[in-house]
Amino acid sequence: MANKQIIKERRLQDDAWKVVTLVDGQAPFDVCLPVGPLLVPVSVWKAKKACLIHREYEHGTPLGIWLAPEDELAEIAADLDDFTVIAVHFPKFTDGRGYSTARLLRERHGYDGELRAFGDIGRDQIFFLNRVGFDAFVIGEGKSAEDALAAFDDFPESYQGNAVQPLPLFRRRAA
Amino acid sequence: MYKYDDYDHAIVQARVAQFRGQTERYLAGELSDDEFRPLRLQNGLYIQRHGPMLRLAVPYGLLSAAQLRRFADIARRYDRGYGHFTTRHNLQLNWVKLPEVPAILADLAQEELHAIQTSGNCIRNVTTDHFAGVAADEIADPRPWAEILRQWSTFNPEFAYLPRKFKVAISGATEDRAAIQVHDLGLQVVKNEAGEIGFKVYAGGGLGRTALLGQVVREFLPWQHLLTYTEALVRVFNRHGRRDNIYKARIKILVKALGREEFARQVEAEWAHLQDAPSTLTQAEVDRVSRQFAAPAYETLAEDDLCHLAHLREDKAFARWVERNVQTHKVAGYAAVTLSLKKPGAAPGDASSEQMEAAADLAERYSFGEIRVSHEQNLILADVPQRELYTVWHRAKAAGLASPTVGLIQDLITCPGGDFCGLANARSLPIAAAIQERFEDLDYQHDIGEFELNISGCMNSCGHHHLGAIGILGVDKNGEEWYQVTLGGRQGNAACIGEVIGPSFAAAEVPGVVERLIGVYLAARHADEGFVDTVQRLGSEPFRSAAYLHHPAHPHQSRRVANG
Repeated sequence: MANKQIIKERRLQDDAWKVVTLVDGQAPFDVCLPVGPLLVPVSVWKAKKACLIHREYEHGTPLGIWLAPEDELAEIAADLDDFTVIAVHFPKFTDGRGYSTARLLRERHGYDGELRAFGDIGRDQIFFLNRVGFDAFVIGEGKSAEDALAAFDDFPESYQGNAVQPLPLFRRRAA
Repeated sequence: MYKYDDYDHAIVQARVAQFRGQTERYLAGELSDDEFRPLRLQNGLYIQRHGPMLRLAVPYGLLSAAQLRRFADIARRYDRGYGHFTTRHNLQLNWVKLPEVPAILADLAQEELHAIQTSGNCIRNVTTDHFAGVAADEIADPRPWAEILRQWSTFNPEFAYLPRKFKVAISGATEDRAAIQVHDLGLQVVKNEAGEIGFKVYAGGGLGRTALLGQVVREFLPWQHLLTYTEALVRVFNRHGRRDNIYKARIKILVKALGREEFARQVEAEWAHLQDAPSTLTQAEVDRVSRQFAAPAYETLAEDDLCHLAHLREDKAFARWVERNVQTHKVAGYAAVTLSLKKPGAAPGDASSEQMEAAADLAERYSFGEIRVSHEQNLILADVPQRELYTVWHRAKAAGLASPTVGLIQDLITCPGGDFCGLANARSLPIAAAIQERFEDLDYQHDIGEFELNISGCMNSCGHHHLGAIGILGVDKNGEEWYQVTLGGRQGNAACIGEVIGPSFAAAEVPGVVERLIGVYLAARHADEGFVDTVQRLGSEPFRSAAYLHHPAHPHQSRRVANG
């Protein structure tokens, strides 16, 4: 993801994070870690935790992890403080598990670092993604990040409480 | 009924603008078919056999006269002057043009109407009892809760892309008229020993390919926790429901796979974290919403209107209509009137723009300006003074809305089927018409008595065929339309799923099969025994024999084709 632009703080920014993925059949401890800030899958985090923490300690390289839709948060719940970025992958925009993942990270586990959505996402998802707690967005290939920027305010209000406005509308509505 | 405030208006207007943009991008080639599909579905827009079909929401089945007029106007201006009311209270337009849909949504929004989440893998329109607020057996009016759920589920950011659709039904009465046991989430209003309101919660019901009744996952949920508990339940579904196979993606499959107890345990575990969160309901909010469903300004009337009684004595046709189409009301001197959309010769559930306007007129003059849509695909005037019934009947008759057959075999439930729907395997409407014709004689219908005959054109079961005493399902065999028959289904408190009786029939055979099945019942029934009770007492064998009378092979030898 080097030299790529992502949406953060509601504007386009350069981004140096790379996503590490395992190729078919590759064992997590076999993966070679490129230089620079990395988002690693849960299996690699578990296999190479010591090495990854060492990189950060020795070289100041920030640590990140990415979650697949089916990943259980229990596996990393104790490690959340280690991560500068947690990314959630959307292999298809119609797979909505990542929305629950985001709320759990923010509300249940108290994660307050960068929460990044990446994969098959674009302007038609960004409002919802933002409301469940994502604050960084890697817009899917072939989609316009500029367009997505315009979609943060698709709706002026939400009925539900959410990451942007914790109180549901009924608690704010004049009787 | 619920009136929008500035927030509600702003949210619906924002949706209109958003969908206008999405449609423009699609038409300009910036969104692919695959990208546009989930977006348009969440606005009720299907691409159908003849073109797009637009499903307009009727939240919990309640419409003002002005809203029904708006439907009539839209059907006339953008479609062919009629629409189809569905088993989930909604109105479907079959001939809209895609570039005009944003304009339709804008017109709807002016009357506090929309097509939000009427399709797609999201939380759908909440449905309820069409006699809500007027039924004598009501524990509490379900409509405020339905409205609270509507708001909570509308654009709920966590649940925009569920594994599959999610349908909620709520009943506030002791008799379930909302088919809550065949919904993904069924809520039954109950009171505990202290007299406090709460909900008995059913999960995992549904028709479709695998028909299952919902299981009780909580006996009593105090009302304050309605939203947090529902959130926990839908979250368990969102995270753990299957996404690898569309036919196994409904919550019923998850509940079945985990078992009721384990599913309930997971929901409780999730809810333990959400309990008492800010979305815990407040008395102030429940009061705010409930006030909008306050009873209209009823007059103080005698229990029986003498003029009405005289008409009943003197006009047999009127008396028949009253017997079938007029229901008792909890307020003395009032009645609930069912305007039938089952006139033989017209598609069941269809209403022309003129009929919608006639119903709106009747509502304005005689029923405090409100209309309900029932899941049996009729319209209801819930608050008619008895003294006006005779006039209402005449006017309804003139509009073709007074078929005196509510609850009888002609009041059948039907999906639009293969004539319109892109999903259907077979047509439903010609079968419905043939059956209605076969049973046209009113005396015959009355002799048969209360009867539910439901027809679906495919396994998606929009016509609730599993719940019919006789259910008919269209199946496709090598490109030909065939019809499978189920027996013994029932909605309500004692809901049960009908059983397939054997190999399917050709279209021309169906009316004869239905007639022979009913013949067995008429010959064998005990006094006051309903069809399903007779089936349960006798077993299905006598019915099966009668159904396959003209088939050379006994059905048991050809079970292999029983599924289609």
